[in-house]
Amino acid sequence: MRFMLLQAYGGVELEGCVPMYEWDPADVKAHIDFQHTLNAELLDRGELVDAQGLAGPDQAKVVVSDGTHPPRVIDGPYPESKELLAGYRMVDVDSLERALEIAAQSSAAPGPGGVPIQQQIEVRQVLGAPEPEV
Amino acid sequence: MSGPDVEGLLRELAPRALGAVVRRYGDFADAEDAVQEAMLAASQEWPGNLPTNPLGWLVTVASRRLIDEVRKNDARRRREDTVALLDAPIEVPSGDDSLVLLFLCCHDALSPTLAIPLTLRAVAGLTTREIAAAYLVPEATMAQRISRAKARLRGERFALPEDQGSRLRSVLEVLYVLFNEGYASSSGPDLARTDLSGEAIRLARLLHARLPENAEAAGLLALMLLTDARRAARTDTGGALVPLADQDRLLWNRGRISEGMVILTAALKRREVGEYQLLASIAGLHDQSPSDGQTPWADIASLYGLLERMTGNPVVTLNRAVAVSKVDGPLVALKLLEELELDTHRLYAVRAHLHEEAGDLHAAAEAYARAASRAANARERDYLTMRAARAARG
Repeated sequence: MRFMLLQAYGGVELEGCVPMYEWDPADVKAHIDFQHTLNAELLDRGELVDAQGLAGPDQAKVVVSDGTHPPRVIDGPYPESKELLAGYRMVDVDSLERALEIAAQSSAAPGPGGVPIQQQIEVRQVLGAPEPEV
Repeated sequence: MSGPDVEGLLRELAPRALGAVVRRYGDFADAEDAVQEAMLAASQEWPGNLPTNPLGWLVTVASRRLIDEVRKNDARRRREDTVALLDAPIEVPSGDDSLVLLFLCCHDALSPTLAIPLTLRAVAGLTTREIAAAYLVPEATMAQRISRAKARLRGERFALPEDQGSRLRSVLEVLYVLFNEGYASSSGPDLARTDLSGEAIRLARLLHARLPENAEAAGLLALMLLTDARRAARTDTGGALVPLADQDRLLWNRGRISEGMVILTAALKRREVGEYQLLASIAGLHDQSPSDGQTPWADIASLYGLLERMTGNPVVTLNRAVAVSKVDGPLVALKLLEELELDTHRLYAVRAHLHEEAGDLHAAAEAYARAASRAANARERDYLTMRAARAARG
């Protein structure tokens, strides 16, 4: 089963958590190392399909088109940028329980002073092709 | 002969076989399909039984497949003269075929996105699967990209263009983009995709060997070698980016450096200065400096100055500013960048660095954070975020 583990810019439940570039450099390093280690671990277990970070919300654009008129392209930054996706992992695991376990691990990534940032992780199953009929 | 040897031999022969087949029958797409099939047959038959003339074998088998196809498609309106032509004896492939192929694949009707995969398959002999893996896209997507490229070349004459100069410019550009894709992949988690740089160097060698008189083809090869020489020092054990100033120069590949310098020196003697020779000269100055402190920044700044006048490229201005800062200080360099219109992470990263040098840590932290938000490479972003955090702490 494939699951998308999505993380948005908002959704950090650790109170008073400032943007990463304001952290102590050692904490930044610990956080980055944590993410790399987690990916390496998932890769090692044969569960990692893909892990990507997305460019920042001020680079984001929103496009709306009615198919006839020139499309509306809205440039960031957006006031509601907290809802924008920051990155994702796609994992291929045996069960929803395992996906939730990975999500929990990822949610507890270390923040300032090594305190877990308690990032909300949205877990969504990726729909596959229908099962073959037997 | 063992498996891997057959693979290497096939990769070497594939472009020459393709060149021979396409030169004879004209259509690139059909010829390419036929050669692919012949290679598949070879990979199964050769390991136990290598033919005495492997190239002739490939050309013959590919030609037969092509003839079968043409006959099948032509069955209802078969023309005897076509068949007579198809049945004529096979010509001995000429050594220049792979150069002609390279010129055809780097056609200016193709953007680098289409030209590169086609070149990798037709000239470098990579499989679609290998190319797809290097670009981190599904194999089906890459196969589509290659067919689109081939479709766009339909009807193109297979011959060295009269005006080799203008076509050569796009060949050099395609190879340079390919090299950079491998050296500093612009997206994705990994900073270096070695295979792509390796292929770019291989193709640049081929080009230089075929056009030894051309100073820019030599310049491009030298540039690749002199840049690639630093690969091992460019990332630390954790995979993080190490800037030039902090690299362990003992890790630099001396063999690559001296090879690059020999090629560059010979090219410069021709006195036909060009972009790639200038870039290679700059890379050479870095490579030959025993430490960052001993870098001849004034020379590098004037080389960038020449390059700036030649190309008008804002990225060159950015690099010149870095060299100028080492000679005249960060404030003079910041002034150079004031008017620069370039919305990339590199501009902000350079400004951040200059502010840092000038002691304005507040401005530095802000610029680093801005650079991090624009970085397209995860490793570079991590690095810039780190620098922002450090500057903010003073």
